[in-house]
Amino acid sequence: MVTAERVWEALAEVPDPEIPVISLVDLGVVRDVEVEDGRVRVEFTPTFLGCPAVDVMRDRMEEAVRKLGGEPQIDVVLDDSWSTDRITPAGREKLRESGFAPPAPREAAGPTLVQIQSHAFRCPYCGSTDTRLENIFGPTPCRSIRWCAGCRQPFEQFKTI
Amino acid sequence: MNARAQARPELDTILAFADDELVLGWRDSEWTGIAPFLEEDVAFSSIAQGEIGHARALYELAAAELGTDADALAFDRSPVEYRCSPLVELRLVQDWALTVARHWLYETADSVRVAALKESDWAELAGLAAKMDREEAYHRMHAQMWADRLRASSERERFEAAVEELWPAALGLLEGDQRARLCELVGREPVEAIGRDEHTDELAPLWEEMTMVRRSVPGAAW
Repeated sequence: MVTAERVWEALAEVPDPEIPVISLVDLGVVRDVEVEDGRVRVEFTPTFLGCPAVDVMRDRMEEAVRKLGGEPQIDVVLDDSWSTDRITPAGREKLRESGFAPPAPREAAGPTLVQIQSHAFRCPYCGSTDTRLENIFGPTPCRSIRWCAGCRQPFEQFKTI
Repeated sequence: MNARAQARPELDTILAFADDELVLGWRDSEWTGIAPFLEEDVAFSSIAQGEIGHARALYELAAAELGTDADALAFDRSPVEYRCSPLVELRLVQDWALTVARHWLYETADSVRVAALKESDWAELAGLAAKMDREEAYHRMHAQMWADRLRASSERERFEAAVEELWPAALGLLEGDQRARLCELVGREPVEAIGRDEHTDELAPLWEEMTMVRRSVPGAAW
């Protein structure tokens, strides 16, 4: 019998297509799960509107729900409810261990150029904060590139959204 | 289509906005592989992806009201039906001063437009605008960083001339009170704006390229 709890557990095992070390639940994109008579409705908010992984995420969630014997309905909600503050503490740790510096907490006014050009960002490899912004944009919309003067190598910094 | 468009007065604005983002995203992507250095290849490609993602979300919202789909709105209309501003139509590859000037003017105007849409009574539109604003913050930072950099460089005059050249079309991105706000933000006097009534000669070749697949295979999805 499929239950909301089992669906959450299954979705916690679905990796993000672009950063597979973290699951969709860790990423905070699963907003709600409702189960009624075997029909499973999952409400999900993409990280970025231009994220090409959205369709893959939807397919993988459908597959995970079907494996539990449920009939999936994935509703994509394009509202303002996702922020990098929704990434779970476990998710942040998994990112850091894999060489992605987790996002800084979002301040009320949002990120500023002064803030991202500051030295407050910690290198995920050596822990130094002697790092500088190389490029606001990186290989995917959610990441920037920084340079660590401590261990002399670039690293990927999750943007604060 | 027109009868239903009456139902939501915002639909015209949304379509114009979506067309701007689609066409500018296309133009930005023309820098992929040929930007002045690798970081800007990545930046303009990522910004292009962002703008086209925003266009898709706006088209989807409009399409649900109009009983069509996002691809049909993006690719199945004739060039005259597009509502994009002449500012985004210009092919500016190879001129970095004009490219940065457009980027800075567009992102600043866009911030005014998005701020207004966040206050919309239409909850879905307000929510979408707020989500877009979180992402656009990074486009704005990038544009500001480059505008500051060129103003502090030996190319200052060239950059200011580029801003001057594009200013009437940038002002025409917005309507009414929003124009005064843009003047304030960029520190410029109002001029006679170039609005959305006429397209430049540069839209047609872009449209040919952009709609080629859908015209070859009607209804194609990818």
